[in-house]
Amino acid sequence: MSIFLNENSKVIVQGMTGSEGSKHTQRMLASGTAIVGGVNPRKAGTSVDFDGASVPVFGGVAEAMKETGADVSVIFVPPPFAKAAVIEAIDAQIGLAVVITEGIPVHDSTYFWAHAQGGSTRIIGPNCPGLISPGRSNAGIIPANITKQGKIGLVSKSGTLTYQMMYELRDIGFSTAIGIGGDPVIGTTHIDALQAFQEDPETEAIVMIGEIGGDAEERAADFIKANVTKPVVGYVAGFTAPEGKTMGHAGAIVSGSAGTAQAKKEALEAAGVRVGKTPSETATLMRELVGA
Amino acid sequence: MDLFEYQARDLLASHGVPVLPGGVAETPEQAEAIAREIGTQVVVKAQVKTGGRGKAGGVKLAADADEARARAQDILGLDIKGHITHRVMVAQASDIAEEYYFSYLLDRSNRTFLAMASKEGGMEIEQLAVERPEALARIPVDASKGVDAAKAAEIVDAAGFAPEVRDQVIAIAVQLWDVFSKEDATLVEVNPLAKAPDGTVLALDAKVTLDENAGFRHPEHAALEDKAAADPLEAAAKEKDLNYVKLDGEVGIIGNGAGLVMSTLDVVAYAGEEFGGVKPANFLDIGGGASAEVMANGLHIILGDPAVKSVFVNVFGGITACDAVANGIVSALSILGDEATKPLVVRLDGNNVEEGRRILAEANHPLVTVVDTMDGAARRAAELAA
Repeated sequence: MSIFLNENSKVIVQGMTGSEGSKHTQRMLASGTAIVGGVNPRKAGTSVDFDGASVPVFGGVAEAMKETGADVSVIFVPPPFAKAAVIEAIDAQIGLAVVITEGIPVHDSTYFWAHAQGGSTRIIGPNCPGLISPGRSNAGIIPANITKQGKIGLVSKSGTLTYQMMYELRDIGFSTAIGIGGDPVIGTTHIDALQAFQEDPETEAIVMIGEIGGDAEERAADFIKANVTKPVVGYVAGFTAPEGKTMGHAGAIVSGSAGTAQAKKEALEAAGVRVGKTPSETATLMRELVGA
Repeated sequence: MDLFEYQARDLLASHGVPVLPGGVAETPEQAEAIAREIGTQVVVKAQVKTGGRGKAGGVKLAADADEARARAQDILGLDIKGHITHRVMVAQASDIAEEYYFSYLLDRSNRTFLAMASKEGGMEIEQLAVERPEALARIPVDASKGVDAAKAAEIVDAAGFAPEVRDQVIAIAVQLWDVFSKEDATLVEVNPLAKAPDGTVLALDAKVTLDENAGFRHPEHAALEDKAAADPLEAAAKEKDLNYVKLDGEVGIIGNGAGLVMSTLDVVAYAGEEFGGVKPANFLDIGGGASAEVMANGLHIILGDPAVKSVFVNVFGGITACDAVANGIVSALSILGDEATKPLVVRLDGNNVEEGRRILAEANHPLVTVVDTMDGAARRAAELAA
């Protein structure tokens, strides 16, 4: 098993015909993902050839779902149009919308999050690398060839730290690795992923990667204490970040005394999570836990 | 982006929020002219992006234009918690009968917006929230619905505003929502919202934070940026579209991905403890691509920092494989030529790592040391900077 994404997932790409969208559609196909269509109202009825694989373009998400049975959409639509694209996916009741786009105004992401409440769409992101269930499906921009299928579940705010950790533990492998994104308002949280990994029989241990800003890690620590029986190791980035400066991700900011790495590390440790000082030390902690 | 008070005031006024007449001055003479035009007692306020101006002597009353010039003379140049005062706002002074508080902000934890209101304003809101939480109404605002007159009434009534100001505060609450939503703000805070002796309610001081990600639909917001206050290296990096933050250490850092770069800073700081407290000199995320041009631009900025004694290039080859990154580093060094004078420690890992390391070994650049692990490379970079 895996979480949120598996070998039966049928994936469409909103923004497939743009430069990022087409580059990553190619990569997703190459890693075995069932890409069943793209969405672009101006190119509806055409198809795009990716190394011999012909992918049809539909005018809308609802039409693409009806024609292909798609249940996942990966969204590369640029920031000015991203809100409408996500709302379209929500209104079409797709099961999973993975929003890769970086730089979406927070009023737009807060709006589409509110719009999704009570509906049937799980949102991952925005400003995220997506998720991969190695050997099964890859929805987003995570490099597929740096690890293999296995028993670790990974959830992270950061893309490159996700890749780093997948690579360090590539001999053990991953059930699913999810980059939830570094924006102040995101759809799927650490807690959502922790809960799904706890329930997934294939996942034996969990790596959770956090960073400065907000209180998601502290809340996740409370959740782990109350609900997670599988072993969890953690890593938090940004101990040296100065107050009041945004560190790359829109959400990565220490405001006054709130959102510090130290507070997050302490909250996780108080919940019984072993927290590494560096990514490599975190990988070593995981090896000790799973005996590999 | 945090605005100055005078910018926030202008923005509020442009959405119909009642404010007092006033203007901004960079010289005592300009302050005098504004005060003369207002023609009444004025208040001269330092324009700095920090709290505690009053206690630091940055807010003064002036009875007339001559006095306004003298007070502006006192305040301009004043250092308030490390912020030098370059401008003062001169505004009509108002007698205050009552002070209130009103704000809209992004509530990250609950992924919604929040209205906060109190009929006890004037003090720091953090203090009020701790000492008298019952006096501060906190009402979530659904981002997909916003604030209309009915929602504004709910907020105002939750805060218990008196009947004689209720309608005015409701109208202001709707106007402030207009500012918050139409300007893509993440904070609009009026403290104090004041009742004048004649019963009129107006915004006497405001803080506004704008979402820079929304700049594409607000080209006019670019003019609000305080370019003079930006660190010169940060300004130069911004020109090149580089995500750079100046820090106060000695090891220049280049990496790909915000999380990995933050992590790199931490690992360098840990390693630096062994070498007399060597620290990272900057945050610089060159993103997924790591092309030669971006690498050269990044190195150019970092080598422009006189505090930098060594540079740590930490790249994980994911989407862009390590051989491309290695070629990028080699070309960047040849683009920079004699400008590259500091030792570079490079750690590459990920896709095509062997080929990447081979390219760097073959280039055999005298400044470059390749170390295989992130922790080991951080240690070497710290040692070179000690």
